[in-house]
Amino acid sequence: MDRIPILRMGDLLLVTIQVDMHDRLARSLQDDLTEKIERTGAKGVLIDISALELVDSYIGRMIANISAMARILDAQTVVVGMRPAVAITLVELGLSLSGVDTALTVERGMQRLRARLGRTEATDDDSEE
Amino acid sequence: MTILKSDVVPIRSEQDIVLARQSVRKTAMEIGLGIVDQTKIVTAASELARNTVIYGLGGEMRWEMLEDGSRRGLRLHFIDQGPGIEDLSRAMTDGWTSGSGLGLGLTGSKRLVNEFEIETAPGRGTRVTITRWK
Repeated sequence: MDRIPILRMGDLLLVTIQVDMHDRLARSLQDDLTEKIERTGAKGVLIDISALELVDSYIGRMIANISAMARILDAQTVVVGMRPAVAITLVELGLSLSGVDTALTVERGMQRLRARLGRTEATDDDSEE
Repeated sequence: MTILKSDVVPIRSEQDIVLARQSVRKTAMEIGLGIVDQTKIVTAASELARNTVIYGLGGEMRWEMLEDGSRRGLRLHFIDQGPGIEDLSRAMTDGWTSGSGLGLGLTGSKRLVNEFEIETAPGRGTRVTITRWK
């Protein structure tokens, strides 16, 4: 069965979705990613969807689920690179992906995650003092 | 109104949903729909094809490239012989689902196209027709 590769970079996980996903592939990504967060203790997840020409309600829900599950597992998710036509369509479809953090590019997404993680650690340190 | 071209795509599995999306994308490009309109009708097709698989227990999509005077359009029919929809007005409510979905398939795809028609009756299957004009 096909799988979407998940790369590890320090305490971040990177996912680049480059295929037109069928529903089972979307489901397996959700399972694989949560398992990998647990196994690696990753603190951040960056999902690059710039190659996706379509996000329908199924894929949209999968993205929202991943973000929510990761949060519960103590990891932050940023979804990057959504095409404007996809964003317009998604909102008209009725999905606003509230609760999903987004950034325009991979670079900005990484910055966002680094800043967030840095801040979280700083806050933790402060509270310990 | 003339049908310039048409074809039928079987929709029986999740894999067929992807194939349906691809054939809609190809035809939408051929008509010259802009990228936003392409994305809208492909997304609507994805929602309706999924309904055909899950609720209609499989069926087919018939696409038609239309010419009406100077304008061109793409019309898609999603046809199944499944159980049909018992309460159509409820099915056409945002967020209502008889299954485990989000309840956006019918209402959401209606918002993404210019014309939307649905014929259904309990035990008689469902036929959804959508059209996007250039």
